[in-house]
Order: sequence, then C-alpha cells, then structure tokens
Amino acid sequence: MAEQTQTSTNTSAADSQRVPTVIADDVHVIYRIHKGAVANTGATAALKRIVSRTSTPNVREVHAIKGVSFTAHQGEAIGLIGSNGSGKSSLLRTIAGLLPPARGAVYTLGQPSLLGVNAALLNDLSGERNVALGCLAMGMSPEQVKRITPEIIEFSGINERGDFASLPMRTYSSGMGARLRFAIAAAKEHDVLLIDEALATGDRKFRIRSEQRVRELRASAGTVFLVSHSLDSIRDTCERTIWLEGGVLKMDGPTDEVCRAYEGR
Amino acid sequence: MANTAVANLHPRLTPAELAQQHGLKVANDRPPLREYTRQVWAYRHFITAYSRAKVTSSLSNTRLGQLWQVLTPITNAAVYYLIFGVILSQDRDIDNFIAYLCTGVFVFMFTQTAVANGTSAINANLGLIRALHFPRAVLPITVTLVQLQQLLMSMVVLAAIVLFTGEPITLRWLLLAPILFLQTIFNIGLTMVMARFGSKVADLKQIMPFVLRTWLYASGVLYPVSLLRDHLPGWAATLLEANPALIYIELARYALLESNRENLVATPMQLWGTAIAWTLVVGIGGFVYFWRGEKEYGRG
Repeated sequence: MAEQTQTSTNTSAADSQRVPTVIADDVHVIYRIHKGAVANTGATAALKRIVSRTSTPNVREVHAIKGVSFTAHQGEAIGLIGSNGSGKSSLLRTIAGLLPPARGAVYTLGQPSLLGVNAALLNDLSGERNVALGCLAMGMSPEQVKRITPEIIEFSGINERGDFASLPMRTYSSGMGARLRFAIAAAKEHDVLLIDEALATGDRKFRIRSEQRVRELRASAGTVFLVSHSLDSIRDTCERTIWLEGGVLKMDGPTDEVCRAYEGR
Repeated sequence: MANTAVANLHPRLTPAELAQQHGLKVANDRPPLREYTRQVWAYRHFITAYSRAKVTSSLSNTRLGQLWQVLTPITNAAVYYLIFGVILSQDRDIDNFIAYLCTGVFVFMFTQTAVANGTSAINANLGLIRALHFPRAVLPITVTLVQLQQLLMSMVVLAAIVLFTGEPITLRWLLLAPILFLQTIFNIGLTMVMARFGSKVADLKQIMPFVLRTWLYASGVLYPVSLLRDHLPGWAATLLEANPALIYIELARYALLESNRENLVATPMQLWGTAIAWTLVVGIGGFVYFWRGEKEYGRG
C-alpha cells in the first residue's frame, strides 16, 4: 500500500508554514462505459434484458483512480510515474477540474491548467484560425489573441516549409498538428501547471524549444505536475515524485527514492 | 530531503480544513449563478468565433460551400410545397400558401435543428470539455447561434419568396427582429435543457427525431393548426394553441404576410404575451437547469 516517507517533527513544523496549492482528498474516478452495441447485443438479447429487467451488462464501470490523497505546495515540481493505464492522465484531468471525481475532492489554489496536446481543434479550419480559437477558449481577449497569434505560429514552426498556417489543419502531418497544439497551449501563463507527456511531440529541434518554454512556464507557475515515461526528464525537473499503479498511490516521496523503487520493481 | 512534502504533514487538520485555511477551492466547483453568468459573458468572443468556425467547417468539404446555406432552405421549402401544396392541395383555405408554408418551415427548422443538435452538445464535445476550462453553457449557446446564422440566410430567401408571391413590404416586417430574438432566447434555454438530459442519457439522441417530427405536425407548419384542433377535446386544443413553436411561427406570419392577417390562431396581443412568457420561462429556466449540472459534464 501507500508507502510514505516520514518527516521528523521539527521539519513538519517548518513545512506547515508552506502554502498548499493542490490537495487531493481520497479521490476516486470512475468511467462509465455504455457497451451498447459492443457485447452480446443482438436485438433478442436486448429484449430479453428489458423483459427480465437486468440492465447491468450494458454498463461497465472502470475504476481508474481508487482513493488517492496527497498535498502539493507552492514551488514544488512533482513527477507522476506509473505504467500505462495506471491513472496518471485521469488524475491530471481531475486536478485540472476537467474530470469530476466520483468520490472525494480536489482542492486547488487558483485555476490549474492542463498542458496537453489533445485540445480539440477543428480540422477543417486553417491553422491560423485554430490558433485564434484555441486562445479564445483559454480565456484570452481578442486583442491579446491578435497580438500573440504570430508568436504562436512562429514558435510552432509550421511555416518552415511554406505557408501552412493558412491551410486547413487536416492537411498537416501529425507532428505539425501536435506542434501547433502544444504551441497554443503553452502560450498562456499558469498558476498550477499540469503537463501530460507534452514534451514527447515534434522533432529534436522542436523538443529543445518546447523544453525551454516549459522551464519558463515553471518559473512563473506555483506548482508543476509532470507526467512522463522518461525517468530522466522526471529526474531533471522534479524533486518529488508520485508513483501510481492500478489507480492506487503506491509511493510518494523524493524523486531519487521513488525512481529507484520504480526501476527495481 | 527535508523539504519533501508528504501527505500527512498537517496531522491535526483534515484535508478539507487545510484547504479552507489556505483559501483553496474545490477543483470543479460550480460557481454561483451570478458569477457563472459573468463567465459566460466573458466567453462571448469565443462563442461567436466558435459558431462562425462551425458554420465554415461544416461546409468546407462541399463544392458549393456557403451556397448551401441558401440552397438547403430552398430545397426544403420546395419538397414541402410539392407534397402539401401541389399533391395534397392544402392551399384551398390559404391565400398565399407558398409564403405561408415557407415562413412556417424556416421558423420551425430553427428550433428543430437547434434542439436536435443541442441534445448531443455535451457528448459530441467531450474532447474539448476534458481539455479546456470554460463555462459549459458555451456549448449549447454555440449550437443555437450556428442555427441562427442558418436562419438569417433562410430569412433572406424568405423575403424574396414573400415579395415574389405578391405580398407588400410593410413596416411590420421590422417586428421580425424582436420575434427572432425571443425565439433565439427560447431556443438557447431549450437547448440547454436538452444538452443536460442528453449528457446523461445518450439514447435521447435516437428518440429526438420522432419527438421533433410530432412537434412539427402539432405546430401548424404545413397546414393551418385548425385542421388538427377541430378533432381534439378542449384541453388538448388549448394545449395545442399554447405550443411555443406555433406562437413564434404565427408571429412571424403576422409580421410578413398581409394576406394571412385573418387566419391567426389568436390576436397579436395574445401571441406577443404568450411568446414573451415562453421566452422568459424557458430561457431563464433552461439556463438555471443547465448551470445546476455544471459539475457533472465530462464525467464518462
């Protein structure tokens, strides 16, 4: 179960002065999946279920996070590690307030922002208009959007091979699309910053540029969460790490200890 | 590392108390109604940009592109005219049947399509909801505004049809602006109700076509509503005449069609009264109802 580093009494007195920015209190996240047409749903089977009033096989619940609790403080950078499907991204979305927890609560200081590459954009619109739309969706004013659009296009580098910004996004390669999405998401300053594998997109040149941008964002953000499968980038950026496994918090402590335990599992 | 924080740093306080002490807020808490309204207003630029983008992108793969905004209502009117005007010749009691029919079809389509698309406003945008923070009321509003743009195009077509069939231009045409404004607010309210329902019960999307078709038949779009009313018991007839879609359609006919002045289901004053009542009840009620569910949207 949760293995936690004990702190001695005198440091805990000093720590209680620090300002918490994110508190997760026994958070559970459950996805409900309507199987509908997926399994055993011939018309007769469905009819039989309706007649016999057993509706259960139609809905399956996936318990993605099972009671996670932790407190993050100002100035901390926290890594989230765990195997695929361990609930890292779900936890991040819950902290951002985008995925409501089924039980428990997340308390945050200010509005956390999720820096992902999956912000929905309209593929039939030009890159330029998608930039404007994405910025407006993040709550910028039209004047800010006008000012910042060339910077975003420039940062994403999609115009390196000709004027792609005015072409619909469906004509982009997947790398170009991901770069543009990252550039849009990274254009804003954030209180609490949640980064979901965002550094893995694009070619090497773009990765260097985006890592630089994330460092800048970190400097202005209160707290940073970083989800990554690369332990190196976690070691580089985070002093504290949380290890999730199967939706349960397996370990929470200094990055070195947690990473060592994670590698030795 | 001494500065590493762990879960039980503050042994005396529960997480909720600690959060309160430092002024932390529940991550996906629902803001108070007034604050929520302010947030929606702050997102007005996104709403207009997003609905305009939706209109553009929905037609960007077609050859005729934006022309379809005009062609769709014309085709629609032509089909209904063929069936009800030419074949069934419903036009015996109505002087200018083609204009009568088109007014009904276009005004009703506005509500119908907004409601149909509104039902999936949340479920169709889960990606956006799980990626970005914004008041979710933006989504049903966008759905309605997309249809409003379509309606304005239809109104241009309608004006041409009405003039072409020999109706005079009068000052009453100006009444169309407040009528469509009332209908827009009504539609936004109704779309919000449907969006919240639809986010819970995805099956609703399959049922809506039938509900909407029944509504179409009850709204005096294709034939005067008296045709139905005379076959109904008293209470049902009253209900039929209070039908909001019918009210907005009749008001639009009152504004546009000089020839139809005698055939209205109620006096203009009564129509205005009912229309304003519907707008207020559904507009405000729908918004409050949608706001109360704000915490739930996005849950799988």
